[in-house]
Amino acid sequence: MTTITPQNPNPNLSPPAEIQISPINWVMKNLLTPWYNALITFIIVGIFCYAGYGFCVWAFTEAQWTVIPANLHLFGAGRYPSEEYWRLWVLLSIIVIFSGISWGIVARNVTHLFSRNVLIGLAIAALISFILPIPLLYKLAIIGLLILLSLAAWGGQKIGAKMPGLGQYIAINWFLVYLIGLWLIGGGLGLEEVTTSKWGGLMLTVLMATISIALCFPIGVIFALGRQSNLPVVKLFSVLYIEIIRGIPLIAILFMGQVMIPLFLPEGMRPDRVLRAIIGLTLFSSAYLAENIRGGLQAIPRGQTEAAKALGLNPPLTVSFIVMPQAIKAVIPAIVGQFISLFQDTTLLSIVGVEEFLGISRSVLANPNFLGRSSEVLLFNALGFWVFCYAMSTGSKYIEKRLNVEH
Amino acid sequence: MAGQSLTKDIQDTNNVTDREEMIVARDVHKWYASNEFHVLRGVSLTVTKGEVVVVMGPSGSGKSTFIRTFNALEEYQKGQISVDGIELSHDLKNIDAIRKEVGMVFQQFNLFPHLTVLQNVTLAPIWVRRRKKAEAEAIAMQLLEKVGILEQAKKFPGQLSGGQQQRVAIARALAMQPKIMLFDEPTSALDPEMVKEVLDTMRSLAREGMTMVCVTHEVGFAENVADRVVLMADGLLVEEAKPDAFFNNPQHDRTKQFLSQIL
Repeated sequence: MTTITPQNPNPNLSPPAEIQISPINWVMKNLLTPWYNALITFIIVGIFCYAGYGFCVWAFTEAQWTVIPANLHLFGAGRYPSEEYWRLWVLLSIIVIFSGISWGIVARNVTHLFSRNVLIGLAIAALISFILPIPLLYKLAIIGLLILLSLAAWGGQKIGAKMPGLGQYIAINWFLVYLIGLWLIGGGLGLEEVTTSKWGGLMLTVLMATISIALCFPIGVIFALGRQSNLPVVKLFSVLYIEIIRGIPLIAILFMGQVMIPLFLPEGMRPDRVLRAIIGLTLFSSAYLAENIRGGLQAIPRGQTEAAKALGLNPPLTVSFIVMPQAIKAVIPAIVGQFISLFQDTTLLSIVGVEEFLGISRSVLANPNFLGRSSEVLLFNALGFWVFCYAMSTGSKYIEKRLNVEH
Repeated sequence: MAGQSLTKDIQDTNNVTDREEMIVARDVHKWYASNEFHVLRGVSLTVTKGEVVVVMGPSGSGKSTFIRTFNALEEYQKGQISVDGIELSHDLKNIDAIRKEVGMVFQQFNLFPHLTVLQNVTLAPIWVRRRKKAEAEAIAMQLLEKVGILEQAKKFPGQLSGGQQQRVAIARALAMQPKIMLFDEPTSALDPEMVKEVLDTMRSLAREGMTMVCVTHEVGFAENVADRVVLMADGLLVEEAKPDAFFNNPQHDRTKQFLSQIL
């Protein structure tokens, strides 16, 4: 590519200098003139200051944050037996190491893996862990995990640079990590067995959400294709499934799973309650996902399938190589939105007695020692959910950016 | 004109080749299901091996629909079409067999935007012809060099100009090593300055003896490269002649009228 430098006919004519506006000028110009803008500004700023002041007064004087550090193990893992906690720490370390390696491999061509933003993020995480009133052991563990993450990322980048083909094994490795995780949590095969009724807290939330997300995606794809199918029976079945599920509130599906299935099935045949919850969430989300993906399918121009046909690609190949990748790419924001709602919808399980992150908080609040501390606990819940949902949304933005190469 | 000697070359090569029939269409009728519009009203055409046939005609005459029946992108209700000796029927196996041997280039390029140029070209050879990846890529690079876009192999279609995209589309169709190439108005969606590069590619393809059916409005291309020019109007094949006779001495009023509008 050659770049063309346009000849400036008048060398003295330089582009107009960017006008520097001082912050005060900007405020004067945009917020305070004319007079009614100033009025609106003052009212809104006043409301925010009042609310912020009230919150700060409450947070620093009235609130008793001890409820959080005192129950951190409950929030994290529910009623998981404390003598088996080491398994969860091992799992967490494995996840952190694999995250680091994956990050390093994906970013193998980036010159500065630890850019300013990444370093700031790591520093903030370390700082927060020191400020929070949590036991010293937890603080050290968090710092240790952060160091582990950085080391793994550094190593991953080194390995990834040497073996560029490694990227395609990341997904399958995560699947293995998942199986190891389930084994570490649930036990068996040489480890003490821990029944699902003792699983809880953030661990259970993440577990249920990730399994449901992983399962509802392929099911959604299948129903989206089914609804577009030329085969009348397949089409009818897909439409029925999607429309019936979308017509039922999630809470009703979860109640059916937790309350009604035990009525129909004898004691020995009942699926596990966590499994029932996952099935309910998966069935529900897959119907919505199917509609999202169908939207993407409709956005694919007919020429794409015609070109594939003309090249001799059969329908399964056409769908998997040409249509689906483009359809999914077109609706990534909607799909991730669905995943985020799914993650938050796990909280409904607290109503049917599954002690996930929100449900365990209700148990904590039922403890007479922490009576009336609901504001603190719920705020902590909100923060926890926000961190995960924001991470998903950031991830989706990153994926979109990477896939947007062709424009 | 340089094109004049080129035409002679092609005619010479055609005299050497045997007159094997590659496409035989007999009395093809098609109605659009939705509004019962009779778009093809009994069209017959035979294309022999190595022949370049240019199909001209006003828009709506059914010329695109007609050539799209050759690789079963359009169904037809009455008549017979056989391609490379294979009868086109509702048998899916036959359709697959024919599509392997017939390459097609579209007006809107229809490249796969999510794949690189190289992936666009190698996808079908790898998955339909079952070639090894390295082998398919070697062939693809040769073809990309031939159409003059070797250095763009790693780019995505959206990063190329229209002319470059259409040349990739030609390379993609050629990568299947087809016996017949169909061109459906390959230059109609291009900016004027890019038409030539695509026509030059098609011209060199014709010189190599490829059997080609081209729907196009490019009179220069038809005059210099085609062995035969046919005119379609209102779902019928009106005139069929050598380019010289077609443009200088048309027999039918419909052809005269059409030529008076485009020349």
